[in-house]
Amino acid sequence: MHLLSNIIRTERLPHEFCPGCAIGQIYHYAAKAVEELGIDMDKVVFLSGIGCNSRGVGYVRFDSATTLHGRAIAFATGVKLANPNLTVIVVTGDGDGAGIGCNHLIHAARRNIDLTVILYNNRVYASTGGQLAPTTPYGMHTSTTPYGNLEEPFDLCSLMAAAGAVYVARWTTAHPYRAISSIKKGILKKGFSFIEVVGQCPTYFGRYVLNTTDPAKCLKWLLENSVMKESASNIPAKELSGKIIIGEFVDKDRPELTEQYKILREKLKS
Amino acid sequence: MGETFFMSGNDACVEGAIAAGCRFFAGYPITPANEIAERMSRRMFEVGGTFIQMEDEIASICAVIGASWTGLKAMTATSGPGFSLMQEGIGYAIATETPCVIVNVQRIGPSTGSIFSQQGDVMQARWGTHSGCYESIVLSPYSVQEMFSLTIESFNLSEEFRVPVILLSEAAIGHLRERLVIPDKINIVNRRKPTVSIKDFKPFEALENEAPPMASFGDGYRVYYTGHLHTVEGFPVLSLEKYPLAEKVLKRISSKIRLNIHRISMFDAKYVDDAKVIIVSYGSSARAVLRAVNEARKNGIKAGYVRLITLWPFNHQKIRELCNYADVVIVAEVNNGQILYEVQKALPFKNVIPLLKLVDTHTPIEVLAKIREVI
Repeated sequence: MHLLSNIIRTERLPHEFCPGCAIGQIYHYAAKAVEELGIDMDKVVFLSGIGCNSRGVGYVRFDSATTLHGRAIAFATGVKLANPNLTVIVVTGDGDGAGIGCNHLIHAARRNIDLTVILYNNRVYASTGGQLAPTTPYGMHTSTTPYGNLEEPFDLCSLMAAAGAVYVARWTTAHPYRAISSIKKGILKKGFSFIEVVGQCPTYFGRYVLNTTDPAKCLKWLLENSVMKESASNIPAKELSGKIIIGEFVDKDRPELTEQYKILREKLKS
Repeated sequence: MGETFFMSGNDACVEGAIAAGCRFFAGYPITPANEIAERMSRRMFEVGGTFIQMEDEIASICAVIGASWTGLKAMTATSGPGFSLMQEGIGYAIATETPCVIVNVQRIGPSTGSIFSQQGDVMQARWGTHSGCYESIVLSPYSVQEMFSLTIESFNLSEEFRVPVILLSEAAIGHLRERLVIPDKINIVNRRKPTVSIKDFKPFEALENEAPPMASFGDGYRVYYTGHLHTVEGFPVLSLEKYPLAEKVLKRISSKIRLNIHRISMFDAKYVDDAKVIIVSYGSSARAVLRAVNEARKNGIKAGYVRLITLWPFNHQKIRELCNYADVVIVAEVNNGQILYEVQKALPFKNVIPLLKLVDTHTPIEVLAKIREVI
């Protein structure tokens, strides 16, 4: 029996993901975080958009939805405002959350609404066949950049910090315990939290960049190419090129949106 | 009786929504629908509801759907350009059978067009979201009173059939100011919740002429929604061979409306029994038509008046009944001809002629001139 069998919709197995995909790990982190925090699972909502990441939500036993491409955070805003007692977790991807849905991501961070956004970054549009994403590294060959990518990728954690998120962290699937711990912090944090998890995609990033479809090799590459934020400040910028800077970037407090609605309602009553 | 007010159509819409039980509004500024969001931003808090101005119309319809999942009656309001942006969300609400109300206070198009009145979104309201394998419910108010009553009806129909209902208003009606009587007694339809155990609940299992009961997020039913073609349990159909019921599940989102057309479709008709010429119209145009028909009658012309209150689903049978004895049928609308083709389809052996204009609305003089021309 699976450790999380009360959370996984086991009747839906086997799943539809490529061998070695990071999605299983990322949903495991999220489910583990919910389980360890002991939250009433009837009061937890999981939402996702479209893309590889989004299919995972149908395998966890919560109130949940695979919404529209890029729009999960907009749906989540409606759910949370309508019932602030629910814990709302959004699982999105880099194309879904930072490409087509980037507008909603930025505005939710600005509003500081109490959502926990877990963004699985595999650096390509994987479910459509490995096309260029806003997170694709410079020079990388993808299905739509046959001559190499001419654009600089987003640094999503800097973007979220600038937009006003109160908790921002980045880990990789080679750092599972730190990722789980950050998701727990994000859920507990009153406000908009953003946890980016750079995950292996053996089918595309593995094949296109690392010349391997072996998930273990991809994971090893993630481990070897990650630099803790604290050490990164001592390394020259040139050497950091292409590295994944991991760690907690923001952990602060500012007024949360549903709390402010509550205060306003009480004020209007009196 | 009830209490009497003097207010605009857009303001009456807000009061209708609140009377219907709407407690969530998300929207984005757009003329000529702004007064709805502005009044909502105050009124929602007065009745314990929630108002939010989202970053665009796409986010607005998505937030409305999310709020509906928690059990609240929710709505948004927009105009043509925003309505175009909302189409993917409207399709999602149709596919997931999520009740909500979308008010479109129509303006001139295509594109940015202008803020003057038009009736150009009739077909977009029916066919706007991709595939067309669905039925829409679209109501057309022609007065401030109907901006109130049809907003309530929109919520009632959306809850009963679990569909997004579109209240297709116009700048000319949204900005119209006239008398509104708020009745003492209002018929309200509330959402049906599941009565079976959590284990036995199949969120999308229902007869072909009905919508299934709906659990709210947080109720413990652990419901999953998706825009994918889904099973009665709500999960994506991954193989048509393994799940031959897929088409049946998809068909029900049309049949639950089509099979109830007689309950959904509403008409207003006058002098049709002996009319030689009947003018079919809706919304603001119907005001001019009614005046013109009354004038024609005073002058001994046997003119008749048919007003569509429900535009979609279109009731071809009822049009045939109402226009049975007329020699000529005129369709007056403020667009290039949209309802015209439905009326022609309903009356293949009759002389059905258009009275079209592209901006603002008809005047009684224009309608009367057309009546005189055809008799």
